[in-house]
Amino acid sequence: MTPNNAIEIRGVSKFYGYGEHRVAAVSGANLAIRQNEFFTLLGPSGCGKTTLLRLIAGFEFPQEGELLLYGENIAAMPPYRRPVNTVFQSYALFPHMTVADNIGFGLKMLGKPAAEVDARVAEMLKLVRMEQYAKRQTSQLSGGQQQRVALARALAPAPKVLLLDEPLSALDYKLRKEMQIELKRLQTETGITFVFVTHDQEEALTMSDRIAVMSSGNILQVGGPRDIYDTPANRFVADFIGETNFLKGRITAIENGTASLELPAGTKLSAPSPESAKSGDEITVMVRPEHARLTSAARGEEPILSGSLANITYLGTDTYFNIKLADGEAFTIRQQNRPGEQDTHNVGDTIGITFPPSAIRVLRA
Amino acid sequence: MARSFDVRRQAGFTTIAMIAFFMLYLPIVVLVVFAFNAGENFSQWDGLSLRWFEKAINNVEVIDASIRSLQIAVIAALIATVAATLAAIATTRTTGYRGLTAKYAFINLPLMVPEIVTAVALLIFFSRVKIWTGYSGIGYLIAAHTAFCIPFAYLPVRARLENMDMTLEKAAADLYATPFKAFRFVTLPLLWPGIIAGFMLAFVISLDDVVITEFVKSGGQDTLPTYMLGQIRRATTPEVNAISTVFLLLSIAAVTIFFFINRKRA
Amino acid sequence: MTPQQQIIDDEAKRDIRNRWLLSAPALVIVLLAATGPLLVVLVYSFLTAGPYGDVIWKGSTDGWVSVLLQRDIFDDTLSFADAHLSIFLRSLRLSVLTTILALVLGFPTAYFIATRPQRTRELWVFLITIPFWTNLLIRTFAMLEILRNQGLVNTLLIQLGVISSPIQMLFTDGAILAGMVYVYLPLMVLPLYASMEKLDFRLVEAGYDLYATPFQVLRKIIIPLVKPGMIAGSILVFIPSLGAYVTPSVLGGGKNMMLGNLIELQFGQGRNWPLGSAISITLMLIVMVALLFYVRNAGSGERSHG
Repeated sequence: MTPNNAIEIRGVSKFYGYGEHRVAAVSGANLAIRQNEFFTLLGPSGCGKTTLLRLIAGFEFPQEGELLLYGENIAAMPPYRRPVNTVFQSYALFPHMTVADNIGFGLKMLGKPAAEVDARVAEMLKLVRMEQYAKRQTSQLSGGQQQRVALARALAPAPKVLLLDEPLSALDYKLRKEMQIELKRLQTETGITFVFVTHDQEEALTMSDRIAVMSSGNILQVGGPRDIYDTPANRFVADFIGETNFLKGRITAIENGTASLELPAGTKLSAPSPESAKSGDEITVMVRPEHARLTSAARGEEPILSGSLANITYLGTDTYFNIKLADGEAFTIRQQNRPGEQDTHNVGDTIGITFPPSAIRVLRA
Repeated sequence: MARSFDVRRQAGFTTIAMIAFFMLYLPIVVLVVFAFNAGENFSQWDGLSLRWFEKAINNVEVIDASIRSLQIAVIAALIATVAATLAAIATTRTTGYRGLTAKYAFINLPLMVPEIVTAVALLIFFSRVKIWTGYSGIGYLIAAHTAFCIPFAYLPVRARLENMDMTLEKAAADLYATPFKAFRFVTLPLLWPGIIAGFMLAFVISLDDVVITEFVKSGGQDTLPTYMLGQIRRATTPEVNAISTVFLLLSIAAVTIFFFINRKRA
Repeated sequence: MTPQQQIIDDEAKRDIRNRWLLSAPALVIVLLAATGPLLVVLVYSFLTAGPYGDVIWKGSTDGWVSVLLQRDIFDDTLSFADAHLSIFLRSLRLSVLTTILALVLGFPTAYFIATRPQRTRELWVFLITIPFWTNLLIRTFAMLEILRNQGLVNTLLIQLGVISSPIQMLFTDGAILAGMVYVYLPLMVLPLYASMEKLDFRLVEAGYDLYATPFQVLRKIIIPLVKPGMIAGSILVFIPSLGAYVTPSVLGGGKNMMLGNLIELQFGQGRNWPLGSAISITLMLIVMVALLFYVRNAGSGERSHG
């Protein structure tokens, strides 16, 4: 057990329902979140990320497994005894209290003397830059302001871990971007471990030190943003993060950790072989759209794949080329628009696709 | 210019509605107007006068009955509201457990049984108890009123509780409030308007009751409605009109306050 | 079971126990002073009538028998108690009529309120709520003032010269009916209004778009959609009117009795508590049947609207 782990989740499962109707919201989860980390739980709705967060907060109790906070098992501890605070998706600000009273609530419940509470509230107001709103009723605040009060309220009791349940989902785009930077700053400044839940993969990549990708109650992969993006563990992660092209294929031979692959159209590739793969296995090849290029006949490049151009989408910074391959599958290329260059392709043209060997990654089918 | 087609229009409905409203208010208006009649009855209109109001105020029996009505209403409404609030907390916002629907039905039972049946049941039951204990004060009336007031106090409290954001109590627990503290600092302040509404409802219901009170009371224990019933059965002077008018004003006041509380909530 | 699991289980059990404790006061009070005594009524219906009222603790089915039958005092044969039968029939007849009239009057009224613009709607709701909260006795009395020989109608008609002596309107079935419709109308309007307020008028628009006449729209679209409100209102009118006591007593006098008055008689001059209890239980059973009908229909109504 590493002493620096703020939270350790060991074999935690949470079920709903009974008997044959039993559904696992979280299934045998194992996770270690380090101190002073900005950790994100990422996944589509229903994947169990919110349930996991609630298990840490204490609003749910796991049927199996242990939940350790700095080494202590808190799985059965009620939420009002855990030194963990939550920023709720709906903010859950107390409507009958002012901003200052909201922020000071936790400390008041802990029985801190009034002077200490006031001082801390002032500190928090300064931290989230809401000093002049201290006496306001929470219903008079805008969404972004309520967000900040919710943050201040959760940070005021100086918890060991701060949980954030999709806190930015109700904000408009610009405000979201601002708050992302703000949250990152707060985490660095306070040094508190943040556990952040979101379904927005871009958000996760921007803010996190490490990410856990979840689906259907299982944790699929844990790693830094770069790891998750470049070396996704399986097809789901590859698909969920960023955009990907998937090609079906088969391993024809393995030698020294390199696999020879054959695609349906007869194309032959080679790439690092995943562990425990055997010759003859059906696999999926993934290539990111931004790593692929159109071949240029002028430069005499041999295409790896070819097909007909189905669609061209111009996006200002890039252009997307949607290509229909010979076997009917779709392939997307994302090419950066260079100044002075005009694209001369037309829909229906026969197109060649190429990509460097390093862009290929082999996943289990 | 032709009127545009109104999807909502149904032939004759507005007319019938107006007739209905007219019919609903005409008797009441007549009753109030004749409370101010100086004459003895309809056939004589002798001009405006407060004579019957004076007579009512100076009538010892009226005062006695009014005080008793108020006493019973205040005590019954208080107890009913407290009991109903506790029951509402116990039966809402939970994912169902054995006996929940039974409890809910049980608490609301007084609403579904015809008043005469409850009245008769209590008459029988309390007469037995009177023989056993020898007590024959207004305790029985208070108990009876409290019982049928409970469902009326229960409904507004429950409605308010169900509409409350459950996340608020979670937030309180997250911020170190024990269940009791969460109730005291978060739930109760937000529940308060519902409790007040429940109390007022129970109060008015108790004041208004005729049938159950008539059967349960012992001699000399008239409430204002039972006194009026007696008067109506015997011979009516506009004194009854006067008392009714005051009663009416009370009801209107209660409804108006109720509406304002609801307005504020929305 | 792990110790952790044990704590979680205990927590859940404690929650349930707390909920029972919290609801205890309400349950006890209702049990003692509302529903419990009903069982006593049932027991009493099977006892013997005492000579001065109350009962003798001796089992007997006389109470139940006398509900509809009577024993001839000379030759001990049983025959229909005409008086009781006519009271039962009158009660059923009047409550059904009251419900129907309340529906006929109340439906357009509720519709009217529901179709007012938002601003004035509150005013109309307020106006319909006031009679609802006005004391039953006062409203019955108000109707008395209208119908009696020196009441509004007669006085007006005499003044206008239409008639020369007052028409006897009071102490008839008609008076009771008028009184009950008057008293229970708001009880029909309010649930109807609640249903209609939720009516999506776009569906009505769709009906018109598809060539329906206003009457067809009413029959095929509006009525089926507000059926829950109609049923709720009907129940809220039917049940109290069946067991009405004050209104028939004041407006019907001693001769036109309904079930409520018949019951009261047994506990007063009639001195037949077992009979009174039996009639009460019968009344309750009729009410239960009506309620069952409501629950059955209200449930299916909601289901069919998806």
